[in-house]
Amino acid sequence: MSMYRKLLVLLSAGACLYTLTVGAQETVRLGTPVTEEQLEGFDLIAEPDGSGFPSGSGTARQGQAVYEARCAACHALDGSGNSGATVLVGGDMQSEGPPLKTVGSFWPHASTVFDFIRRAMPADAPKSLSNIEVYQVTAYVLYLNELVDLDAVINAETLNAIVMPNADGFIDQSHLH
Amino acid sequence: MTEKKLEQVAGNGLINRRHLLGMGLTGMGAVAGSRVLAADGSGFEIPQWSRQPGPGPSAYGAPSSHAIALQRSSGFTNPLYPGGGASRTPLQHLQGTITPNSLHFERHHAGIPDIDPAGHRLVINGLVRQPLAFSYEDLLKYPMQSHVYFLECSGNSGALLRGAQGGDVQTLHGLVSCAEWTGIQLSTLLDEAGVSDEARWVAAVGADAASMGRSLPLEKAMDDVLVALFQNGEPVRPEQGYPMRLFCPGWEGNISVKWLTQLKLTRAPAQFRDETSKYTDTLGDRRSLQFTFPMDVKSLITSPSGEMSLPGAGLYKLTGIAWSGAGSIARVEVSADGGRSWADALLESEARDKALTRFSIPWQWDGGNAVLQSRATDSAGSVQPTRDTVLTARGTLANYHNPCIQSWGVNSTGEVSNVYV
Repeated sequence: MSMYRKLLVLLSAGACLYTLTVGAQETVRLGTPVTEEQLEGFDLIAEPDGSGFPSGSGTARQGQAVYEARCAACHALDGSGNSGATVLVGGDMQSEGPPLKTVGSFWPHASTVFDFIRRAMPADAPKSLSNIEVYQVTAYVLYLNELVDLDAVINAETLNAIVMPNADGFIDQSHLH
Repeated sequence: MTEKKLEQVAGNGLINRRHLLGMGLTGMGAVAGSRVLAADGSGFEIPQWSRQPGPGPSAYGAPSSHAIALQRSSGFTNPLYPGGGASRTPLQHLQGTITPNSLHFERHHAGIPDIDPAGHRLVINGLVRQPLAFSYEDLLKYPMQSHVYFLECSGNSGALLRGAQGGDVQTLHGLVSCAEWTGIQLSTLLDEAGVSDEARWVAAVGADAASMGRSLPLEKAMDDVLVALFQNGEPVRPEQGYPMRLFCPGWEGNISVKWLTQLKLTRAPAQFRDETSKYTDTLGDRRSLQFTFPMDVKSLITSPSGEMSLPGAGLYKLTGIAWSGAGSIARVEVSADGGRSWADALLESEARDKALTRFSIPWQWDGGNAVLQSRATDSAGSVQPTRDTVLTARGTLANYHNPCIQSWGVNSTGEVSNVYV
């Protein structure tokens, strides 16, 4: 922050405290302006419309080694997991009895696979994968679910073009409030 | 007071709540047996603690060593899922409506981050006129509001949907707490950044290791949502989001994102993992309800409750808590005969919007079998449903958002347990 900006912040803070004392309706404005460029490494939100995705791409073939090294301890080599909470593959929402909910059977958006891996996985070292590795592992998880081929190039565009099996399986309740 | 004078107002021994208001109730037993000092007729003596000075003031107080040791209960820990899990509030031991900060329930998705506020920023970006970053020190200078609000995990009481057997009220329903939250109206900060016309949602992200995210409709964000910095008067506890959390009154707990570090204005929901794969309710037809935000009207008898035992037939005070995400509590009814007859309970606390309300009613237990239930009605006129109603409406696959009436069975030996009627 430049001295000039610092001075401005201090001045505006002082002015606001003054107006708060004098007239309670005055507005405090202490946010520091930032640019989206500054937030590039900070904003991890990757949306279904493709916004927020970093450049780059990956294939399942490339992702296999990363997956086996970083993911398989919990999710198993074939994605079958070591518990109901870590299974990634299989299931059918129309099955008899309680359906097994996995990325393939339940998740409505492919963007969520990239978004979640990038922000929260692997669970013992979140955000330790590069963006390229996240694309590769995303491709591999989708490949294990038979949703993409081994050599399909997964990037922001191709990923979000994938129609997940349960894409129509959700009812938006957000209007009820 | 003789038994003859007690006005019975519903089946199986429920007594008019007015007996709790000045009419007096002698002989009312505590749930655990009590000893009367000098009950053998000997003279009362000055106790030892009145004969010597005690320790002086302390820097940060602690409960009496003689009081029951109030403890959150925590579930299993999974070594492959570091920091995940939940702890539950000991509702059976609390009175009033405020949950002490040390006992507020927890749910973490990747543990509690150790945040130095000097290095923490709250960023507002996306569809705004000017992206902004706020430091903790900045935010402390803003005007703040204080409100008492409940917070309930939408997974609370889910065990009942799965037919749980046994369990105390803490285990079955301890993912609800209530505190005074103090913070800045989110709309103030969003207005400063200047929300664009096309924005409809706010994607909120925490600074924990999972960068837990949830999407919030802009309409709610501009209404009553707070960026909370204080909890019951002290800085928000680390497990509740220090140095700041989102607080969305009346809505499922998970959307009140802890360790709040980013708010991004968007056209549509971000479709985070925790609003698609989790926190959604699958119906019988296998479609799943998504973005079910408000927590429904609900109540629980907290004493007597599961795993307690009544020392013997006699007069008891039934008490519990009620709340609604749609407003305040207008009425709580209690049944001692499994829902065949109902009596109005006394509301012991003022009717507050989206906060816990304490209720109570006297009950003359005859020593036989009883099923104790409570049923709340909120200011919007919604009535708490039975478990059968919930299961009929949604099927048996949903895991979240269960507001159903809790039934506590009392058997002839006085043991209290979770039952289904």
